Amino acid sequence: MKKKFLLITSLAWTTYFLNADWRGFRGTEGNGLSKGEIPATLSQTSKDSWKVPLPGRGLSSPIVVGDLLFVTASSGSQQSNLHVLAYETVNGNKVWERIFRATGRTICHNKTCVAASTMVSDGNVVVAQFSSNDIFCLDLKGNLIWLRGLTFDYPNIANGLGMSSSPVVAQGVLVSQVENDADSFTFGLNLKNGTTLWKKDRPRGANWTSPIVLKNKSFEWVGLQSKEGISFLKPVNGEFMWQYKDGASTIPSSAISFENKTLLVPSNGLTALRTPEYGQNPEQLWRNNKLAPGTGSPAISGDQVFVINRANVLTSASIKTGEINWRLRMKGPISGSPIVTSNLLFIFSEEGLCQIIDIKEESEAKVIREIDLKDTILCTPAADKGSIFVRSDRALWKLSKKNNL
Amino acid sequence: MFKYLFLLLFCILMHPVFCNDDLFDAIIKLGPKGSGNENLVKQWSSVEKMSSADIPSFFYIMNQANDLGDNWIRAAIFEIIEKSGGDSLPKEEIIKFIKDYNNEGSSRRSAFDFLSSAVPQIAESLIPTFIEDPEPSLRREGVQLLLNQAGDLENELQAIEAYEYALGKARDVDQIEYACKELKGLGKQIDLAQKMGFLTEWKVIGPFDNSSRNGFNIPYSPENTLDSINKKHEGKNGPVAWQTFSTSDRLGLLDLNQPFGHIKEVLCYAYAEFDSMQDQMVQFRIGSKNAWKLWINDELIFARDEYHRGATRVDQFILDGNLRKGKNRILVKVCQNEQTESWTKQWEFCFRITDLSGTKLQSLN
Repeated sequence: MKKKFLLITSLAWTTYFLNADWRGFRGTEGNGLSKGEIPATLSQTSKDSWKVPLPGRGLSSPIVVGDLLFVTASSGSQQSNLHVLAYETVNGNKVWERIFRATGRTICHNKTCVAASTMVSDGNVVVAQFSSNDIFCLDLKGNLIWLRGLTFDYPNIANGLGMSSSPVVAQGVLVSQVENDADSFTFGLNLKNGTTLWKKDRPRGANWTSPIVLKNKSFEWVGLQSKEGISFLKPVNGEFMWQYKDGASTIPSSAISFENKTLLVPSNGLTALRTPEYGQNPEQLWRNNKLAPGTGSPAISGDQVFVINRANVLTSASIKTGEINWRLRMKGPISGSPIVTSNLLFIFSEEGLCQIIDIKEESEAKVIREIDLKDTILCTPAADKGSIFVRSDRALWKLSKKNNL
Repeated sequence: MFKYLFLLLFCILMHPVFCNDDLFDAIIKLGPKGSGNENLVKQWSSVEKMSSADIPSFFYIMNQANDLGDNWIRAAIFEIIEKSGGDSLPKEEIIKFIKDYNNEGSSRRSAFDFLSSAVPQIAESLIPTFIEDPEPSLRREGVQLLLNQAGDLENELQAIEAYEYALGKARDVDQIEYACKELKGLGKQIDLAQKMGFLTEWKVIGPFDNSSRNGFNIPYSPENTLDSINKKHEGKNGPVAWQTFSTSDRLGLLDLNQPFGHIKEVLCYAYAEFDSMQDQMVQFRIGSKNAWKLWINDELIFARDEYHRGATRVDQFILDGNLRKGKNRILVKVCQNEQTESWTKQWEFCFRITDLSGTKLQSLN
């Protein structure tokens, strides 16, 4: 009996370990999928849940590395104070805070703010990027490793509405898309010391999308989306390896279903392409103009892709065929992207309503629970070890179930 | 023998000082586009050996560093304080540093921020002294205190007096607007455009072609002809001449649809002269939701090729530059694009000149 208990406990911890961390925008794989389960019984009042105040505005998502949660915020009359914060996931205690000053422009549309991009981590360091295009790389203890000011370097890298692309890390390179109407670039920065490994001229035009990482056994590429389509490059030298040029959205980002070897691009609605390979041209699997995402990006679970359109309608479609499984009108408006497990989808409305949807059946879905945080939520939530983390301009929440392991 | 021992002891004792020198040197030498980053990363380990006694030195180094170096220094101070505790901050030296106007405004601001975190009561006690501060962000704190005090007054005459006093000290747009709004509510009208020093009298010429947004980079004759202001030029639809254009907008906004009509894919030039009493460093403060270029005395100060990303804002772009004693020529190129949505019809800009603390400058003429 004791052995069985130990085995179960050990398996449970192994599962948690494997599923641990949420290291970037829409998770470590950048498709909104939490591999660990999250219970529908999340509550603000359970003993493991907490809420802590934040020192500034932000719509960046939290990320989780080990037992620490990292998030950014911006404060001050010009939002020029840039905060990088670390909290213990277990109890919400602040572990450290660093406050820097913006060296680039901080003017944004009122709805967004300077802390819009989500941090990223390789497990050893965390990188925070702000709308001012200031980038800070710190170790997990808060010690600065390096910093860059991309608008300090190139004063016309700026967007009057604000910038929000979240960087990614691949093969020791930080890939940062800073694309807008004037100077429009993507940078590959050495994660060790912040030096520029390469800089690419990019299509001119405001672009709020985030890069995605395609990782398989033989290579690791980074996909850059723009109004022209999506291109994958080698992170070490910036060499373009594969390009799809049939246009794409400049707000919602693409997602990859690694299980189905399918790249889902917000292009002409939603376009499914076979995941890029060496020496291959883009191969379209299907296209459905009724699956155009609104502001949020698609999320993927099993054979289903989920999009929320501008009218706040959540749609599930088959990743294999593009056929619509079901539609469900959500309480909106909604700015953030959904996150999913194998059987549940979580989405927050701008008014702070967390809507939990049962997605087990491909034929139908229903909202099974709502949690009202009574605050403006614009971010995409993060998930780790069965809990959800979400933030507003004022606060950071952990939502757990009772007696959470 | 004794000599060598002394030398060895001297080297051991002075080693941290030299380490600091290497670090400080690396911070000061930090340049744009990542230059100096690698060297600074190598020197950074010496921060671990530093104590809170080194913090004032960091603020003095901040005086010489650029904005990126300032952020490195903030990180170093955070690390030292975390190790030594907030109480260890050498408060007296920090206060002395903040009070000394010879130090850079941004360095003084950073020193104030760290003081505020460690001993908020002491930091707050300094705020009333900031109302004339040359550093705008510190001055703002002092002005906010004045505005709050004015808001607490129940006697209308006293409140008017207090708001007028605060308005006289305010330099940030939002604080100026707030004071004016409160004064309006108390029956006092303020000429905001005059108060903030907007240039409201211009000569304009246009339209010139901006099809496919190409005109932004085409140097039409008004921008490359000597004595251009006294000449006619070839416009989009034939010869065009300079015309006088002024605005009575409360925030000095020049609506270029007025002289030229609601037309698209065009651009125009606006010209003004500013008579400065001396050679001086200034800030050119321009706001526009259209693409624009700014020249002062034929020198291109900045160019921004972006259309309709948000509204035109006062002080949207704050650009450091120089005025020379006497007449200065100001030329602005303002472009309109092809978009037809209702939120893209604006073709406009506003412009003012201030000193480095944000105080308006007015032309002598």
